[in-house]
Amino acid sequence: MITFIPRDKVSKNWIIIAPILSIFFTIFFGLLIFTFLGYNPLETLYQIFVSPFSRIDRISDILVKACPLIIIGTGLMLCFKSNVWNIGAEGQFIMGALLAGFIALSFPNIETKFFLLITILAGFVGGALWAFIPAILKTKLNVNEILVSLMLVYVAMLFIDFIVRGPLRDPMSFGFPLSKPYPEGALINKIPFPGIGFLGQLHYGILFVFLLVPVSWIFVNKTLGGFKINVLGSAPQAAKFAGFKRNSITITVLLLSGGLAGVAGVIEVSANIGQLQPEVSFDYGFTAIIVAFLGRLSPVGILFAGIIIATVKLGADNAQMTMGIPKVVTGLFEGILLFFLLTGETLQKYKIKWSEGKK
Amino acid sequence: MEALILTIIATSIPLLLAAIGELIAEKSGILNLGVEGMMLSGAVGALGAVLWLENPYYGIIAGALSGVLMASIFSAFTINFMTNQVATGLGLTIFATGLTGLAGAPLVGKTIPSLPKIEIFLLSDIPLFGNILFKQDFVAYLSIAIIIFTSLFLKYSKSGIILRAVGDDHQSAHSVGYPVKKIRWYATCFGGMCAGIGGAYIPLVLTPHWSEGMTAGRGWIALALVVFASWIPWRIIVGALIFGGITIAQLVGQARGWAIPSQLLSMMPYIATIIALTMISGRLSKNNSVVPSSLGKPFFGSQ
Repeated sequence: MITFIPRDKVSKNWIIIAPILSIFFTIFFGLLIFTFLGYNPLETLYQIFVSPFSRIDRISDILVKACPLIIIGTGLMLCFKSNVWNIGAEGQFIMGALLAGFIALSFPNIETKFFLLITILAGFVGGALWAFIPAILKTKLNVNEILVSLMLVYVAMLFIDFIVRGPLRDPMSFGFPLSKPYPEGALINKIPFPGIGFLGQLHYGILFVFLLVPVSWIFVNKTLGGFKINVLGSAPQAAKFAGFKRNSITITVLLLSGGLAGVAGVIEVSANIGQLQPEVSFDYGFTAIIVAFLGRLSPVGILFAGIIIATVKLGADNAQMTMGIPKVVTGLFEGILLFFLLTGETLQKYKIKWSEGKK
Repeated sequence: MEALILTIIATSIPLLLAAIGELIAEKSGILNLGVEGMMLSGAVGALGAVLWLENPYYGIIAGALSGVLMASIFSAFTINFMTNQVATGLGLTIFATGLTGLAGAPLVGKTIPSLPKIEIFLLSDIPLFGNILFKQDFVAYLSIAIIIFTSLFLKYSKSGIILRAVGDDHQSAHSVGYPVKKIRWYATCFGGMCAGIGGAYIPLVLTPHWSEGMTAGRGWIALALVVFASWIPWRIIVGALIFGGITIAQLVGQARGWAIPSQLLSMMPYIATIIALTMISGRLSKNNSVVPSSLGKPFFGSQ
């Protein structure tokens, strides 16, 4: 029988050991399941975890894939830290991309890249507005934000489908559900490296990540706003006595996370797609939930977590192409990883004691 | 008209089952957001079993077992390792999406026979509603039996009262000597069983073949139904029928070519969920006694 005994203070060792052990356990159980279902475990392991590193352009593709995950994950971090459960980032991503796309397509001849500032801002507004619905319902009427934000994902998916097949469809698209191509000013270019040319799909959107990680680190660790979020999540009673307004914090974190998801949507479409289509997100909004947890709800952690999860995602794409394994299999790893990470959180606060006998 | 009502009932049964299971889990203080995942597992389990054993009734059993298996994973982590219930539930859904995608891949393109209707002697000959009420499949009867059973169980049985006590105040229940963790395990697994059967119903009756993520958010709507029903079992029937009705209305609208774009019609069940939650939650926050007080809170007491 296992019993848990509270530790006097949170174990520092476990903060570092837990994620590493979690990844180890995840791989172990993942392989067990693969073997059980009749797939070659070593081949799968190679495809998912090693093949993405096999070429330099593949490594840069990891960064491209990590980019939206890190941006969304950073926003979700603020929510989860303050115990607000926004699980609708997928919808906020779509609505951000859609509003920015609408603006981009309204100026078909614009060439200056300064225009990107406007579309990115539009993406932030689009995502934030979509997150404002659960925010206002939660704070005014105490409606569960988990369910509302999730239902809005389905609504957003259907909405973009409608827009792209209807009002914004390009008449020249030969019946395909595609909008007109974005004007030059709304496109994010690939980064040219002197002497090498382009590295895979690596684009300037990555600069936003380099900006976001330090800014969010400062916000979380050095500002009053970040302090309030931390206290609210870890010691709600203390926050109450200190007079922090729960509702205004809830609204703020939802708007910020929705906005960031929207920005991720703009960057993804402007850099990799260049026009609107029914499917603009590839589960980035859901995957970012895992990224936020794997990153221990810290900005730097999320940077690394985004890269790790992006690797697995690309690896799963490779496994699908070479071994015919459906790529939703990443969910298998993400789920197990989350289970063990959460267990690690318990072990930070509690010691395990093995005792003999019944009860 | 009769066909329409029958379709609405069939559509609402997976919701009804998943919701009543979750209701019991929540009454014991466990918020399991993995309903969607448990339903998916039930669906793929049922498909696999029926393809293998060629009898739709094994699909029900396999669905129930798959759901219980998923619920056990959830219980082990949240109850024994005291992990955050919201995050673990999300994890369970993500995990099950991956697992069922993998397990379902070999099943793609295969079709299973559907669950036969059972006519109840004489009663099914009653004009007007005989066919609707007394010519249903086994799971339909079962789901009504489960609603009646849970209703009586929660209200009148000693175990039901203990279960509610555990959900309302686990600390006190523990100090009186009730095994909080064990009761929560049972309640969560019951929830898994119901969600699994609900998931199994989708391939067994609604669409007889596998497609990835075929539950299409029903698990989440079931979670909303529990709130909609204010944790009262019979109200789940009403809620499930309303949502079944909206889903079918939307399909009928598309088939008849209403002048509304199909995507906007497809949004209806999700928007209706938000509206229903909003209407009920406003009232609930004034009358807080129906929400289990320990819902979602981890129980640290030693056992």
